[in-house]
Amino acid sequence: MRRGILLTAAAAATLALTACGGGNGDAGDATPTPDDTAAETPAAAGALTVWVDETRLGPVQDAANAFTAETGTQVEIVQKNFEDIRTDFIAQVPTGEGPDITVGAHDWLGELTQNGVVAPIELGDKAGDFEDVAIAAFTQDGQVFGLPYAIENIALIRNTDLAPEAPATWDDAIAVATAAGTEFKVLVQTGTEGDPFHYYPLQTSFGAPVFEQNEDGSYNPVLKLGGEPGHNFANWLAEQGQAGNLSVDITSDIANEAFADGKAPFLIGGPWTLSNFEGLNISVDPIPSAGGETAAPFVGVQGFYLSAQSQNALVANDFLVNFLATEDVQTALYEAGGRPPALTAAAEAASADPIVAGFRAVGAEGVPMPSIPQMASVWAFWGVTQAQIISGQAADPAAAWDQMVSDIQGAID
Amino acid sequence: MPTTAPQLDKAERKRLRTSHARDYGPGFIVKLVLMAAINALGVFGLLATWNSGAMGLFWGLLALLVAADYVYFSKRALPLKYIYPGLAFLLVFQIFVVGYTVYVSFTNYGDGHNGTKEQAVTALLAQNERRVEGSAAYPIAVVERDGELGFAVVAQDVSICEGAQPGDVCVGTSEDPLARVDDATHDGGAVTSVPGWSVLTFQQIVTEHQAEVTSLRVPVSDNPEDGSIRTTDGRNAFAFKSSLEWDEDAGTMTDVTTGTVFSANDRGLFEAEDGTTLNVGWRVSVGFENYITAFTDARYSGPFVRILVWTIAFAFLSVATTFLLGLFLAIVFNDARLKGRKIYRTLMIFPYAIPGFLAALIWSGMLNRSFGFINQVLLGGASIGWLTDPWLARLSVLGVNLWLGFPYMFLICTGALQSLPGDVMEAAKVDGAGKWRQWRSITMPLLLVSTAPLLISSFAFNFNNFTLIYMLTRGGPRFTDVSVPLGHTDILISMVYSVSGLDGTAPRNFGLASALSIVVFIIVGTISAIGFRQTRKLEEVM
Repeated sequence: MRRGILLTAAAAATLALTACGGGNGDAGDATPTPDDTAAETPAAAGALTVWVDETRLGPVQDAANAFTAETGTQVEIVQKNFEDIRTDFIAQVPTGEGPDITVGAHDWLGELTQNGVVAPIELGDKAGDFEDVAIAAFTQDGQVFGLPYAIENIALIRNTDLAPEAPATWDDAIAVATAAGTEFKVLVQTGTEGDPFHYYPLQTSFGAPVFEQNEDGSYNPVLKLGGEPGHNFANWLAEQGQAGNLSVDITSDIANEAFADGKAPFLIGGPWTLSNFEGLNISVDPIPSAGGETAAPFVGVQGFYLSAQSQNALVANDFLVNFLATEDVQTALYEAGGRPPALTAAAEAASADPIVAGFRAVGAEGVPMPSIPQMASVWAFWGVTQAQIISGQAADPAAAWDQMVSDIQGAID
Repeated sequence: MPTTAPQLDKAERKRLRTSHARDYGPGFIVKLVLMAAINALGVFGLLATWNSGAMGLFWGLLALLVAADYVYFSKRALPLKYIYPGLAFLLVFQIFVVGYTVYVSFTNYGDGHNGTKEQAVTALLAQNERRVEGSAAYPIAVVERDGELGFAVVAQDVSICEGAQPGDVCVGTSEDPLARVDDATHDGGAVTSVPGWSVLTFQQIVTEHQAEVTSLRVPVSDNPEDGSIRTTDGRNAFAFKSSLEWDEDAGTMTDVTTGTVFSANDRGLFEAEDGTTLNVGWRVSVGFENYITAFTDARYSGPFVRILVWTIAFAFLSVATTFLLGLFLAIVFNDARLKGRKIYRTLMIFPYAIPGFLAALIWSGMLNRSFGFINQVLLGGASIGWLTDPWLARLSVLGVNLWLGFPYMFLICTGALQSLPGDVMEAAKVDGAGKWRQWRSITMPLLLVSTAPLLISSFAFNFNNFTLIYMLTRGGPRFTDVSVPLGHTDILISMVYSVSGLDGTAPRNFGLASALSIVVFIIVGTISAIGFRQTRKLEEVM
């Protein structure tokens, strides 16, 4: 009975090994048992898993090495695509397969808390060391849900050879560009689906913010982009599209390439585009107002989230609050990604660079990107409507805008 | 030869006596090594699934492993020895996936209903535990006595524990509020020793007591208003107060500040009397609701029909155009009089060799209205909205798919043409059939016998050709007359992608996405089944 012997042996081996495993048996068990770590590898007890994307890989790895040296805790760094992190984090945390810490953007916060996958962190007195907007962005109901590390926003990038002076208004910018005789005037990346993120400062200059904002900068799910200011913005988009100043054919690649080739004096873009413009003389200025009010761009804050199902909450918190929140790490992250740091001391050191100082100055006028879950319903309609108005597909801009507002309202309800 | 006959008989008898499973030749050794490797891999998988607590996967894997050992070591089960690998992969990669999709389609899995009820409770409690206004941070030490853990803090003032002077050490556990202890030592910041308690090092906390320390709440005093101290990093503690309380026996959440009681409803949310809900829910079964939504939601039903019609048209036209072009080219290059056929044939394969993802992206750039190669170079600066006009966008999608797909058809038609019997052609010529008649009555029917199944599979592939649509047009241009973000070139699968929020433009709804996927599966399955039934009739020409 050779088969019987083999089977018995296999079964016995299986049982013996699984008994060593000491599993917790129930994936849905939210309270981890203390002996949850695999018995065969005691060295790996309290090991952290951190998800990062390629631009943060180096500095986080250095911080992790310092952490391991000091506490003896192993840190496993997993590199992922930034675009995939949000969905994967939400899907994997409940299964117990997710990371302890992940990098992320603050506007995911509403969705992450709604799905119960992030845990609050307690910065204690360290909260005061960060820029106010960074802490505000990661705050929900008075609790901080992430460790901010970088603040980013768009601004007007100006080719100083073509336009020596910063324009005050949109019309000034167009006049300067017309005088310079370049092929394009003000490059704003649009695409056939629109790009409401890059158009937002122009929209706010008409006094049409997307949601109602509270005193402390948080948002209520009440749409404010309709009505008279919204109509003015829609009509203005149609005019500019008619005049050829804005076009849905300008994708981000085309815009960056044209600006790098000196085909336009102005580009509305973020610090992430600067790597394309090596060798140009550029200055970073406030975005010119098109509607008379301040052109306030969205401010995005990048940070690190802590998983609600982390089995290593203590170590993870220790790593976040006592290692990633240090000036050295924040500066290293800035040098790797080019985004101005969220820690005030590091940000001030980085502001020695006039480019960073320029983006910071514009960001000070900006508003945090809404992090309420309702924001997801806005993006789907917002950009496409803008694109239809600019390209002239929408015959009546104001009516198209009203239709958009009611569609968004329907999606939110 | 009479002497060899008994030997043959012996060999014959031996062969009949032993089965393959017991023939200890070199083949058996190879099988043993392979099975040992498979068992090792299986046991590793079993351990991994057991440790992560995925019991469903664990039992499934165990069943597959036991079945494998039985099939390959038993005398019987000869057919299974051949089909077991295929069956195992079918179960894992097809049946399980479809089954899981069906299961999800009957739940409300999605944003706000992401995990289990326990996880929702944990998340709600964590989100509603707030630091007491104005309370200070205390450097703490975790101390242990007879298996019970406590916190030891250095008092800065009287607020933290009864009767303490600044510099005194207070210790408390989850049962006993913080109280002063004498003769404890500290180095200004953290406590170093407490009589009767052992002070744990950070390493000990992390490796042995992490979960306990994280969930330890030490009351500041007998008055719950003062909150309790807890630590998040094992080094510092803060006083916290929870505004939600979880009553496990009643299964209710109580808002301490307002007194509102939230109880679990059948939609996977905690709901109060007045209908307000807490923001974190959990996954529950909702029956056929997702299917009903897919067909009755007024916002989707209008575009659904239009998208279904376009999907069928797109899949059918893609197959028809690619097949006809591929066949035409195959016939042309099948002519022996053509010089340099090999070079032409190689060139024909080019589009097939470029990855579809990339090709669709490159085409979307070339078809850009103002800067695309097509308009700028080929049409001398025309401004044709290849991807922005509804009908032109559909034409562009079909055109790009034709470019991507004809080499495949060209290949299979070339192969099929070369295997056609020459004598039938000869007979037709003798009977006086012309070129057209030969093609219509002999070449085409014979060709279809071998290519029809491939045409059906190509139809099924194009029906779900998400890559092309997503990379080329993203479903655009948008419908201007409906209130959902769908467009003129969306096919069912890309509609599922955007309706269910997987593209980030709407709240994620995996339940609805799964239900719609099952609907697509049924449509494709039905059309394919009908198609295969029809192909049997084709074979009657032989």
